[in-house]
Amino acid sequence: MRDFLVLRVVAKIMMAFMLLFALYVQFHGDFGPGGGFQAGVIAAAAIIFYAIIFGLPAARKVVPDRLVEAMVAAGVLLYASVGVAGMLLGGNYLDYFVLHADPVEGQHRGIFWIEAGVLITVAGVMLKVFYLFAGRPSEDEDGQ
Amino acid sequence: MITQLPILQVVIPLIAAPLMVLLRHGTAAWLLAVGVSWASLAIALGLLSEVAGGGLVSYALGSWPPPWGIEYRVDSVNAYLAVIVSMVAAVVVVYMRRSVAEEVPQEHHYLFYSMYALCLAGLLGIALTGDGFNMFVFFEISSLATYVLIALGRDRRALMAAYQYLIMGTIGATFFVIGVGLLYLMTGTLNLADMAARLPDVTDPRPVLAALAFITVGVSLKLALFPLHLWLPNAYAYAPSAVTAFLAATATKVSVYVLLRFYFSVFGETAVFRALPTGSILLALSLAAVFVASVVAIFQGNVKRMFAYSSVAQIGYITLGVSFDSATGLTAGIVHLFNHALTKGALFLLLGGIALRAAAMRFDDLRGMGRLMPLTSFGIVLGGLSLIGVPGTVGFVSKWYLVVAALEQGAWWIAFLVVAGSLLALAYVWRFVEAAYFHAPDPKMAAGPGEAPLSMLVPAWLMIAACVYFGLDTGLTLGGAGEAAQVLLKGKW
Amino acid sequence: MNIASHYSYWVTMFLVIGGLYIVIARGNLVKKLIGVAIFQTSVYLLYIAPGKLIGGTAPIITEQFQVYSNPLPHVLILTAIVVGIATLALGLALVVRIREAYGSIEEDEILTRDRDGER
Repeated sequence: MRDFLVLRVVAKIMMAFMLLFALYVQFHGDFGPGGGFQAGVIAAAAIIFYAIIFGLPAARKVVPDRLVEAMVAAGVLLYASVGVAGMLLGGNYLDYFVLHADPVEGQHRGIFWIEAGVLITVAGVMLKVFYLFAGRPSEDEDGQ
Repeated sequence: MITQLPILQVVIPLIAAPLMVLLRHGTAAWLLAVGVSWASLAIALGLLSEVAGGGLVSYALGSWPPPWGIEYRVDSVNAYLAVIVSMVAAVVVVYMRRSVAEEVPQEHHYLFYSMYALCLAGLLGIALTGDGFNMFVFFEISSLATYVLIALGRDRRALMAAYQYLIMGTIGATFFVIGVGLLYLMTGTLNLADMAARLPDVTDPRPVLAALAFITVGVSLKLALFPLHLWLPNAYAYAPSAVTAFLAATATKVSVYVLLRFYFSVFGETAVFRALPTGSILLALSLAAVFVASVVAIFQGNVKRMFAYSSVAQIGYITLGVSFDSATGLTAGIVHLFNHALTKGALFLLLGGIALRAAAMRFDDLRGMGRLMPLTSFGIVLGGLSLIGVPGTVGFVSKWYLVVAALEQGAWWIAFLVVAGSLLALAYVWRFVEAAYFHAPDPKMAAGPGEAPLSMLVPAWLMIAACVYFGLDTGLTLGGAGEAAQVLLKGKW
Repeated sequence: MNIASHYSYWVTMFLVIGGLYIVIARGNLVKKLIGVAIFQTSVYLLYIAPGKLIGGTAPIITEQFQVYSNPLPHVLILTAIVVGIATLALGLALVVRIREAYGSIEEDEILTRDRDGER
């Protein structure tokens, strides 16, 4: 689909909005529907969209395989380390109250980092699944 | 720090898994896995000593007090189970190094250990959590990791086995979560202890009965209770050797625990065993498991598959003990959890040594193994004796208590059937003995390397030695199981 | 007990049975996975439906509203959906590998090939 000029131009413009919308959904999660799961999927969808228009190799150049794999792990690790931080500050595991002098502010802070972890992992997993399925040689190519 | 033990038990392997992915290095991941497994064992032993004598440890996740937050609730039953799981893990992980190097492609090693850590975290999570939905999530964490581990087997049939297990396992877990959902609708709580307190007030018993049915069927699928065992033989036969040993010793045991927990601590013994014919149904299925699976095992051509069917039979003994609904019966069932984990773990570890040279694991490939790999073969014979229940091995202890429990109820015919089932075990163990000791080795095989490497032999023999040791000195295992049975029969969690 | 007032349970049971039927009756590995997915969807409905109160709103306490829906089922089901997706993705990945190893995704053909291989 690299030859369609309209698609190429529109895709380039859309990418920015999709990523921005992902961030909006992420940070608006405090006040309304949204959060890491949805934002992660939207962010991954932006990259997948790019891959569909410009081809998998181009997308792999933007977000390489190793980065995707690191994202999958890093998000979970971030999530878990928020829990450990609560433990080190004298609370139980995943205790957000102790993350700040003001317990309500602590809840804010805790869920912020948790959602950041979710965003990273969900985006990573979605991309990983897409890369793996799309990257396998298709049977038509084998036959030729 | 001691108050944080319940969560550390689960979180340490859970954190290790993504770390291994970030490390991207097989040996580093293995070292981390060893550290994690041993730490788990230490924590589990710490927890067990904490709750010894009827103690209870409650841990509120995120400092949200139960029943609103997720609670980890540890008593002698699940501490005993956590010890079984982490003990097997601590032994198997040492063994994994060589076995995995032979059976899994190099570039997958770090992912393999990551999956192993996730599986361990899931199994320990099921054991410790006191929250119904959390239990489901841990079920799925361990199961998803298990499917991947099985699919890494060398044979292409491993893929199909993993797929079938995925379908069956998902159906089982979904049944389980439907049951939990019904209970949640009726009681308004997911905390199992709170649920148990509220269940007597439920006016309409029908959804609760449906929940009991859904949970029984769902968990039975996971623990491979006959006739829901169909996923097990292939999954065990074609998974990498170390994975088979780990799963055979832990996964089904944890599911048995879930069943026990729901029967005795949530629904209550009266509702399950007195008001309903659950005991008789479980009894019939257990005996069918013992006999059908043992007979099928005798006719297997693949030695790993044979021992897999033997696992189905041994699970039958465990549920048989549960079905008696008596202190002795429960003790027998719970002690057999431990004993069978030791025996089957050791057997599959030793078979992994043979798999290094005879990938197909057919009986023809085993000819003359007694001469080629004397230590491995002798270990398998000792493990086989434990499966049969020869005095001096752990198998005897469990069988003895089963017979006593049967006689307590005046059911001498069950006692007779337990002994008869052992004879069937003798028949299939004999097949190995015949192939290994009464045939000359294949000249092609004889030219190959001799005994399995020490890093694999030592862990396997450690477990075999434990089989004999705990067969003679039953104080620890029986004491723990007896206490767990008492706690379960008390009903209140 | 009015049958019509519990229609969400009827839909749930339909999904349970329909999903299981597909798993049992179809030999195609992908179709089986679709059956499992439908089966899992029933659980989402089972949890979500009773959490909704007619006229209830999101549980953010203000003076304007007195009736709130139960948020807990939504949180649980968000988790269950993630589990379901993970299962489906893993299942499909296995099917891709099976297809590469056997050249088929029909269960009976694969089993025949295994049996031939054993002989």
